[in-house]
Amino acid sequence: MPKDQGIGASSKRREDVRFLTGTGNYTDDINLVNQTYAHFLRSDVAHGVINGIDASAAEAMDGVVRVFTAKDFEGVGGVPCGWQVTDRHGQPMQEPKHPVLAEGKVRHVGDPIAVVIAETPELARDAAEAIDVDITELPAVVDMKAAVAEGAPKVHDDLTSNLCYDWGFVEENREAVDQAIKNAAHVTTLELVNNRLVANPMEPRVAVGDYNRANDEHTLYTTSQNPHVIRLLMGAFVLGIPEHKLRVVAPDVGGGFGTKIFHYAEEAFVTFAAKAINRPVKWTASRSEAFISDAHGRDHVTKIELALDADHKFVALRTDTYANMGAYLSTFAPSVPTWLHGTLMAGNYITPLVYVNVKAVFTNTVPVDAYRGAGRPEATFQLERVVDKAARELGMDPAELRRLNFIKPEQFPYDTPVAVTYDTGNYHATLDKALELTDYASFDTRAAESKARGKLRGFGIAHYIEACGIAPSNLVGQLGARAGLYESATVRVNATGSIAVMTGSHSHGQGHETTFAQVVADMIGIDESQVDIVHGDTARTPMGMGTYGSRSIAVGGSAMVRAAEKVLNKAKKIAAHLMEAADADIELKDGQFSVAGTDKSVAWGDVCLAAYVPHNYPLEEIEPGLEETAFYDPANFTYPSGAYFCEVEVDPGTGKVEVVGFTAADDFGNVINPMIVEGQVHGGVAQGIGQAMLENCVYDDNGQLLSGSYMDYAMPRASDLPMFEVDHSCQTPCTHNPLGVKGCGEAGAIGSPPALVNAVIDALHRGGYPVEHIDMPLSPSRVWNAMQSVK
Amino acid sequence: MQLTDTRDINADRETVWAGLLSAEVLGACVPGCKEMNGSASEGFEATVVQKVGPVKATFKGAVSLSDIVEGQSLTLAGEGKGGAAGFAKGEARVSLEDAPDGGTRLIYDVEAKVGGKLAQLGSRIIDGFAKKMADQFFENFQQAVEEPEEDTSAAEAEADVGEGTSKKGWFKKMLG
Repeated sequence: MPKDQGIGASSKRREDVRFLTGTGNYTDDINLVNQTYAHFLRSDVAHGVINGIDASAAEAMDGVVRVFTAKDFEGVGGVPCGWQVTDRHGQPMQEPKHPVLAEGKVRHVGDPIAVVIAETPELARDAAEAIDVDITELPAVVDMKAAVAEGAPKVHDDLTSNLCYDWGFVEENREAVDQAIKNAAHVTTLELVNNRLVANPMEPRVAVGDYNRANDEHTLYTTSQNPHVIRLLMGAFVLGIPEHKLRVVAPDVGGGFGTKIFHYAEEAFVTFAAKAINRPVKWTASRSEAFISDAHGRDHVTKIELALDADHKFVALRTDTYANMGAYLSTFAPSVPTWLHGTLMAGNYITPLVYVNVKAVFTNTVPVDAYRGAGRPEATFQLERVVDKAARELGMDPAELRRLNFIKPEQFPYDTPVAVTYDTGNYHATLDKALELTDYASFDTRAAESKARGKLRGFGIAHYIEACGIAPSNLVGQLGARAGLYESATVRVNATGSIAVMTGSHSHGQGHETTFAQVVADMIGIDESQVDIVHGDTARTPMGMGTYGSRSIAVGGSAMVRAAEKVLNKAKKIAAHLMEAADADIELKDGQFSVAGTDKSVAWGDVCLAAYVPHNYPLEEIEPGLEETAFYDPANFTYPSGAYFCEVEVDPGTGKVEVVGFTAADDFGNVINPMIVEGQVHGGVAQGIGQAMLENCVYDDNGQLLSGSYMDYAMPRASDLPMFEVDHSCQTPCTHNPLGVKGCGEAGAIGSPPALVNAVIDALHRGGYPVEHIDMPLSPSRVWNAMQSVK
Repeated sequence: MQLTDTRDINADRETVWAGLLSAEVLGACVPGCKEMNGSASEGFEATVVQKVGPVKATFKGAVSLSDIVEGQSLTLAGEGKGGAAGFAKGEARVSLEDAPDGGTRLIYDVEAKVGGKLAQLGSRIIDGFAKKMADQFFENFQQAVEEPEEDTSAAEAEADVGEGTSKKGWFKKMLG
């Protein structure tokens, strides 16, 4: 029988009550007394020299408080990058300055030049039109390979070229990989593009800056996935505000998908300006503005080669990738194509030799950074596409080629040749589960039925492995992270037994308020309603690193468990005192402390009350009160994995693809709330299908964004998607965190694009169109043209 | 985007050439032009109101003439800033030849580009829009410099340039 409480129960998302009734408190809902409004004047050319800015007409307009330009930011720091990658030759990456407002040059369409602060948003916008900016347009670099060619215009004049870094991994294996590929019985090669995406969270970014002159305190309300990280980056590196004078609040946030991890110039601006004008300053992005100022995702161009021996075992893998950084380095941008990508190239397979080369390139486009999956979708897509192509070339069933090369269940923990050690996994089990759920055996019958209707049916398989629970601080520190990646929690027990958990994780759609409460309630044996989760405010939560990389339950949840364990240890001591028993004999079940082997017991609430009303209390041994904090830094990443199967129908007359079936068999380790996990997989798969079929961010040769609105940037809709079959019954719990959890937030977006593309290629081959590859998104015109090219 | 076209004009080379250098003619022929001042040697200042897809804006900018080979060819370059709407730039290389059946053959080669919100929101329709603008401009120009077929006033030509065909010849009349 399914549980109705605690770990493993599909408790309804408590936060949905406020979200669905319009009572959420988003950043744009925050309005402060005497508030002003900021409007950013942004570059409409991709690359140019700023000769001069004349804001006098704007400043003279009624209702305009002040106009800011780069001049006002002299002596203020640039927007920092949080990760330093070391290149193949041991040199640090090229790291350009990223000013809050453009200094001397604009480098992408959307680069902020000036800001008008006015009494209303409309006045600010009107006044921005009156600013005269004299810009001499320069040739823009958009294509990555052209950007690193000899003589290309430089995005940053003070750097030696547009190459941020040339990274090799594992560099020591380079020659061995080359040799193995040269001598292999079979080599499968594929060139592909991982299309550039715009994250498009439902809520655009908003920032409100406030300054309290009386005590010199700054407050920033912002749409962030990690308020403590913003406080650290902005306070220490941009504005020079010590933490105790800077509070960052990220209230309800309407979706992040990675793009709200990063510290943005607008956040620093409103914080700075609020002090400068001594009034609160609010900025709300329009959707058009979001397209040209939110960090984009993906944008890799890759050549991948897979070498196999005569028995079809993988012997070596070599990849050559160009990764777009955009015009500036966003907070975690350098880590995405390197440590979040290269370390995953072994996938679910035994491949003894792997070499990954990544050239990160500056272009005159919006900065590119982590987007749901961040590096891991790029790794999975190329690997699963090349494995599929190899199976076709060798005449093997794609599932069997995978099975032949999978790491076997008894081989865990498994040391990959790309630095990481997978603690647990069972890839055969998820493959078998997906085969069972999709009724693979009867595919031919369905294909025949499609054919009778004039459609080509195809079946696509993809497996994925992720490194989640992004963490171990000592490891990421060696890899170039400029931050630790632990997580924190405080468990505060109130006098009558209810609990507030202050977590450093941040929920912006994941349902932490529900799942985190389930865990603590389960540990004590009390009702979930007695536990509240507090997050998103640096003044209320211990220093934590926030939510991304499917890390919340694995790292934040673990910190919370550790803090709750401390609370329970102390509570047991109190209970032992109250029952005049030895600490070791105290047992806790269903909210009752009892003495083993007796009928003596005391309720949770009574113990809590004793802690705060310590009339009868061992004060000489323990302090009163019941509140504990824990910081948790795990020993390893977690490694969720899964088998994703997609069935499509292609209309040979139009090239239109319809996804008719989708199955996800995931291994997330232990699951706290199956319903929420299912929802996370649904959302991820929808986003992955969006990337594979619809979404594409397009720049023209001048660096103008052509897909800058929902008229041209196609988001997936319910009618584009089938009902998903989702399973997470294959569970190999994580061995190194107390909950045995692995994380589920990104899986869907990682596993689904290759499954879909593999299915379409399969459909075309079955229909007599031997197309080897089509770059995403698989729009009807791309599919139809590919079909015509092989006719 | 780029487009090339030719147009045979029923007027002599001298008249056509004079038209290309006239602020008044250009002002009347640029679709949506509200104001055009200046001269061929100094350059023109223009104000143009246009709607591109969902974006309507007033563009203020300059039109300059270059590569002038008297009576034969020139390049007309315009750049308009539309504030929040972004910008539009265009260049037309125009050359004149004697038409085989008399009159003047006008050959033009237009390159146009847009930026900012115009590109962001209107990219799908820019090519069609630019072609329409160029076609309208040269259609208006042809009508303005051809021999009068009926008596019309300059005021009528100031009316919406996209419509009507009864504007012929006023320029000739004005010069005369």
